Amino acid sequence: MKFPYSETVLEHFRHPRNVGKIENADGKAIEGSPACGDMVSVYISVDPNTNKLTDIKFESYGCASNIATGSIITELAKGRTLDEARKITWKEASEALGGLPKIKAHCSVLAVEGLRSAIENYEERHGLVKEKKPTTVETVRKRLKKVMNPMAGLDLVRTNLVQDIEVKDGTVRVVVDLPPDHQFASAIKEEIMEKIKPLWDVKEVVVEFVE
Amino acid sequence: MLDRRQVYLDNSAATRLDERVLEAMKPYLFDKYAVATSEFAYSQGIEAREVMDRTREALALAMGAVPEEFIFTSGSTESSNIALKGVALALGNRKGKHIIVSKIEDFPVLNSARALEKQGFQVTYLDVDSDGFVNLDKLRDSITNETILVSIQHANQEIGTIQDIENIGHICREKGVLFHTDATHTFPRITLDVRRTPVDLITVSAHTIHGPKGIGGLYIHQGTRIAKWIDGGFQEFDLRAGLENIPGAVGFAKAVQLVTAQETEQLQSMRDRIIDRILAEIPDTTLNGHRWKRLPQNANISFHFVEGESITLHLDMHGFAVSTGSACFSRSLEGSHVIFGIGGDHERAHGSIRFTFGRYNTMEDANAVVNTLAEVVRELRSISPLGKENEK
Repeated sequence: MKFPYSETVLEHFRHPRNVGKIENADGKAIEGSPACGDMVSVYISVDPNTNKLTDIKFESYGCASNIATGSIITELAKGRTLDEARKITWKEASEALGGLPKIKAHCSVLAVEGLRSAIENYEERHGLVKEKKPTTVETVRKRLKKVMNPMAGLDLVRTNLVQDIEVKDGTVRVVVDLPPDHQFASAIKEEIMEKIKPLWDVKEVVVEFVE
Repeated sequence: MLDRRQVYLDNSAATRLDERVLEAMKPYLFDKYAVATSEFAYSQGIEAREVMDRTREALALAMGAVPEEFIFTSGSTESSNIALKGVALALGNRKGKHIIVSKIEDFPVLNSARALEKQGFQVTYLDVDSDGFVNLDKLRDSITNETILVSIQHANQEIGTIQDIENIGHICREKGVLFHTDATHTFPRITLDVRRTPVDLITVSAHTIHGPKGIGGLYIHQGTRIAKWIDGGFQEFDLRAGLENIPGAVGFAKAVQLVTAQETEQLQSMRDRIIDRILAEIPDTTLNGHRWKRLPQNANISFHFVEGESITLHLDMHGFAVSTGSACFSRSLEGSHVIFGIGGDHERAHGSIRFTFGRYNTMEDANAVVNTLAEVVRELRSISPLGKENEK
């Protein structure tokens, strides 16, 4: 039989390592959405004394290269310091897997981004952000692209649910184009809070629903 | 566990050649290899002409047509290109520049229409409903004085939905526009008789019915204005130049002859078995296309929360060949336009799997693929971040 992937890719695809969630993870991130095709979530546990990744887990909604990259990245990152883990590139992951088809780069780069975002999330939540850029409307919009609109399977920004964003004196106001009693309103609100609150200079997040 | 036995369930992509077809073709590959163009030079050429005439007649008859209305092509891609571009070339400057196609046509029709758009033609891409049907009133309303051609498939390549082409044909006749249908996946399994159904152009192919690859045909209703698209010699009533593919033509006619109603019934029972079992046994699944008005050989199901290429790869490792509408699977990295066309979202396209049965499949294959699928889908769902809410 012939397969379009290397032996290592197939091995990780069939037996992915470190699959699952970490309850009360120190850092977590979701990259991609069903709309872009693939989706990866990454959970990390960090030893605050050594800044090393003591545990890492992932989940994947994706094709073989997405699953395999998620798996290899957990192996590469475990035991490394945050700074070391952040430097893992797609190329390094791809080489560790014995090569990935070029056309699959976009599905597999998600896992690498997922790891970086999880580290970023940890640093934000623990006041470790080094480069402190002020939060702007654009920063918020970028994060809202990772919040799903469960009705469409697409993110809030793409489905035009974000009516307005305001950033003022540490308060972020997000106006969502949905009735307050909508069945998904509370779930969407919770997800928005989760994405925006960790930003270092954000003190308060207000989510409003208007029809 | 890797299973050595291969079960091929992608018969809409290609089919295994039937030995009887090969036997019919053989003489024309070895002893009688002359082409019909040589009929006035030597006797082998006459024989070639005679066999071309016979096979043409048999294929035309299979759709109720006369031999002069059937030309051979290299397959359905070429047939649909000739139909759309040939009519556009013949009528574009004479009658109008408007063409109507459905949104879920296969790529030869869809991309021919897009190519014509770049040449200044207007194309209406008709919506379909959630089962994949074209709305007849919408079709009627879309036809203008500028319209020269309507191209709507007989059945869909992915979701198998069979259109009401008889009434579509009547609307086109009534409005005085030409009607082309792509019958690649129905001919000759599902009756399409031009004496009853008003159709002007029909695309057919041998590759879906255990015939050889590289041979197809186009029915052209007598008197249809169509320009020659492939230039060269005077073959095929001076409508399509090129050396005659005599072994292919003979194989095509034999393949058509071997299709039986009994076999179609068997395909349908395998189709029904996997649809019924999957929907009953695997949670969070959706059938794509109409439950009954669909190709007898086609089942297409979306498995939510998992991605199609992962499913096909796992199935392949277990010895099953199927296809998917997932973006990851296609070279263009776009999800199935058919699933989007019936109102499905990215997730539904992403997890869609097409099973198409053929002559060499058995009920055992149908049952085995469902058993393996249940396992594969469960495994992939266990690593997916989606769909976990229901578990709590």
